Amino acid sequence: MQNEIIIAGFGGQGVLFAGQLLAYAAMDEGKEVTWIPSYGPEMRGGTANCTVVIADEEIGSPLVRNPKAVLVMNLPSLDKYEPLVKEGGVLVLNSSMVPRGVARKDITVVLVPANEIAEELGDRRMANMVMLGGLLAHLEVLPVKAIEKALKDHLPARHQKLLPANIEAIQRGSKF
Amino acid sequence: MAKELLKGNVAIAEAAIRAGLQAYFGYPITPQTELLEWMSARMPELGRAFVQAESELGAINMVYGAACTGARVMTSSSSPGVSLMMEGISYIAGTELPAVIVDVMRGGPGLGNIAPAQADYNQIVHGGGHGDYNLLVLAPSSVQEAVDLTVLAFDLAEKYRTIVVVLLDGSLGQMMEPAELPPMKPLKTAYPEWAARGEPGDSRRVLSSIYLDPPAEEVANVRILNRWKEVEANEVRYKEYMLEDAKIAVVGFGTSGRVALSAARAARAEGIPVGLLRPVTLNPFPNKQIERLAETVDSILVVEMNAGQMLEDVLRDVKGRVPVEFFARVGGIVPLPDEILNEIRRMASQPLSTTGHPRDRWLKRMPQIMA
Amino acid sequence: MTITAPELEKTIYTRPESLTSVQTHYCPGCTHGVAHRLVAEVLDEMGLREKTVGVASVGCSVFAYNYFEVDFVQAPHGRAPAMATGVKRVLPDRTVFTYQGDGDMASIGMGEIVAAAARGENITVIFINNANYGMTGGQMAPTTLPGQKTTSSPNGRDVETQGYPVRAAELLATLEGTSYSVRRSLHDPKGIRNAKRAIRTAFEVQQRGLGFSMVELLSICPTNWGMSAINAMHWIEEKMIPFYPLGDYKVHPMLAEVKI
Ligand SMILES: Cc1ncc(C[n+]2csc(CCOP(=O)(O)OP(=O)(O)O)c2C)c(N)n1
Ligand code: SF4
Repeated sequence: MQNEIIIAGFGGQGVLFAGQLLAYAAMDEGKEVTWIPSYGPEMRGGTANCTVVIADEEIGSPLVRNPKAVLVMNLPSLDKYEPLVKEGGVLVLNSSMVPRGVARKDITVVLVPANEIAEELGDRRMANMVMLGGLLAHLEVLPVKAIEKALKDHLPARHQKLLPANIEAIQRGSKF
Repeated sequence: MAKELLKGNVAIAEAAIRAGLQAYFGYPITPQTELLEWMSARMPELGRAFVQAESELGAINMVYGAACTGARVMTSSSSPGVSLMMEGISYIAGTELPAVIVDVMRGGPGLGNIAPAQADYNQIVHGGGHGDYNLLVLAPSSVQEAVDLTVLAFDLAEKYRTIVVVLLDGSLGQMMEPAELPPMKPLKTAYPEWAARGEPGDSRRVLSSIYLDPPAEEVANVRILNRWKEVEANEVRYKEYMLEDAKIAVVGFGTSGRVALSAARAARAEGIPVGLLRPVTLNPFPNKQIERLAETVDSILVVEMNAGQMLEDVLRDVKGRVPVEFFARVGGIVPLPDEILNEIRRMASQPLSTTGHPRDRWLKRMPQIMA
Repeated sequence: MTITAPELEKTIYTRPESLTSVQTHYCPGCTHGVAHRLVAEVLDEMGLREKTVGVASVGCSVFAYNYFEVDFVQAPHGRAPAMATGVKRVLPDRTVFTYQGDGDMASIGMGEIVAAAARGENITVIFINNANYGMTGGQMAPTTLPGQKTTSSPNGRDVETQGYPVRAAELLATLEGTSYSVRRSLHDPKGIRNAKRAIRTAFEVQQRGLGFSMVELLSICPTNWGMSAINAMHWIEEKMIPFYPLGDYKVHPMLAEVKI
């Protein structure tokens, strides 16, 4: 069993950290996991993405053309990844950031107004957590509890006071 | 020790520290820089030597000097920086000193880009510096393997008085995977008799790569080669996957090897009997294993992230006994599993050519592959 | 009285012809862009645009060739003065300049810059001192100030183990072959005006065949300094200038007659 998840958006939207959380949670659950970022000069204010592969056996390629799930945080990423999601896969879309809908009918589309929810909870930067919640509700890959634990363990010390809000962000996202 | 989620570059740095690294010298270059940055924090904290050199030229000669003292030393860089180190590498090899070099390869030639590539194969495996010497080359394909091989690198370097290169590509340097780090080894206290340490009371030691008298240089060359023969006899490492009943064998190292594993599994799911041989030591190369493959499979596919540098080594071992095909993405592009799967399908369904060179056939297909 | 529109409009700011009309990749606020503009204005004013070959180095300015509307070649890290020498020796009547960062020129390329200056190579060097390695993510540069934190001096540059910063303008001024070596700063309008005058003078040195000229420009790197552009400007004033005094370190006597 293998799941591949791509998380894509602008630099600064917490795309890489959201992917790392998935990776930490997968590791703690005893699974094989790889996390690989796009890296390079384009990271400066441009787009950022990472691919997380979670599996039960030794992982081959850390990159895939057709991922099982995509978390899309901006329009360029939707344009790029909508055609690539595996048939029957999941596309979680930050509808606060993307003005258009999704045309594909052969995948599960989850529309999450992640920025609005994050702002309601007090900090827009938690939009990535709301999106993760949206993913976990529609892709059987990891229990929400595992992510919450990973968050507890790996949220930088200076952000620990935001832990309850972050957990709520995940839970709010998982309602979509 | 429990597994931690580690980035390749950081994992290698910390593994080296725990293997008893005494001195690190390096220069920033993407996609290797996290390794240097980790060293800049950890080595001073442990009271060990760290210098950000003025250049790779400086770094490799700092390694040269430190290696003369018999200490465990290392540098790391990426392709253009390693090119700059070639002079020092040849000198260290000529002086028969142990040292570890990590090369996190990127796209080239020239300044190229910072994306993952495997195009340093020739300069590392077949020698980019002048003179007759061999580097022992270890090619990990996962973060755990990078940790394990880094530790091994120091032991092999000392055992054979040779440079050991840990050769990986930018994607493995940047990737995070769970890995278990080794326990912290105490620093060494005993030094080999050849080390020049200015010890009071010891006999004088001179370390140099100069042998002005050609017969003396010949003796040195033969000694170095004999030591290398021992390496060839003892240190070949590789990993096999699903080869028992395979009719098609894929050969790939590092990242191309692990991407090929995904492709091979997908092909198996379609009923195509494919296996994978992943060389772990690129020098010494698993020649015997490739020769054996040529006797058991119907065809071989070589996959690389360069224009067929290892391919030549495979062809030399196969000696035309079975058709060999080649697939690569170059210039900083990582092949995807479905691309390799397509090649496997093609090989399983079509008669294969044994005339001409596999690289030429690949080059003809490239316009479609790049489209 | 009515004022017609054309009288109201007076163009006071346009893109120099020596700059291409593309957006640069530099971070918001970064003064690499200012330095580019000054060089381009000088090339325009001196009518040199079509007779110039630039040599790009390795650093954030590696893509300078995209921004200058002049012929460009791109050197390996640190080797721009050697490449510029090659171009200049073959085409002595062309204007040849390098554009180099502090890591590029004062670390890996220290050999080439000193040798080019010592030879009195008739080229102009624009040297951007931003106290770190920008392109690779903010590591320590030879110009990093004592105590300054970077990603490879996480506890602040410790001069005991990491040495002292290099003052390039002063250093190159000691060489016989150097005709012009000065330091300016890009942190405020006055500094920028002075910087432009110095760049003009440097190219005049080359035009007159007087030998090697170099202008060091204190420049901000808000991204890797972790500051807003404004704070970075203040940082130059408060931290960098005391260590890197602005001034003329060598000026060829024949420049006395050059009025700019
Ligand atoms: C031989 C070699 N070593 C290292 C590098 C990596 N590298 C690229 S840019 C750079 C530093 C540039 O810094 P600086 O010259 O200060 O310019 P800035 O980016 O700050 O403008 C380095 C080390 C390289 N490209 N080639
Ligand atoms: S990293 Fe620094 S020097 Fe480079 S463009 Fe950004 S601000 Fe300018």
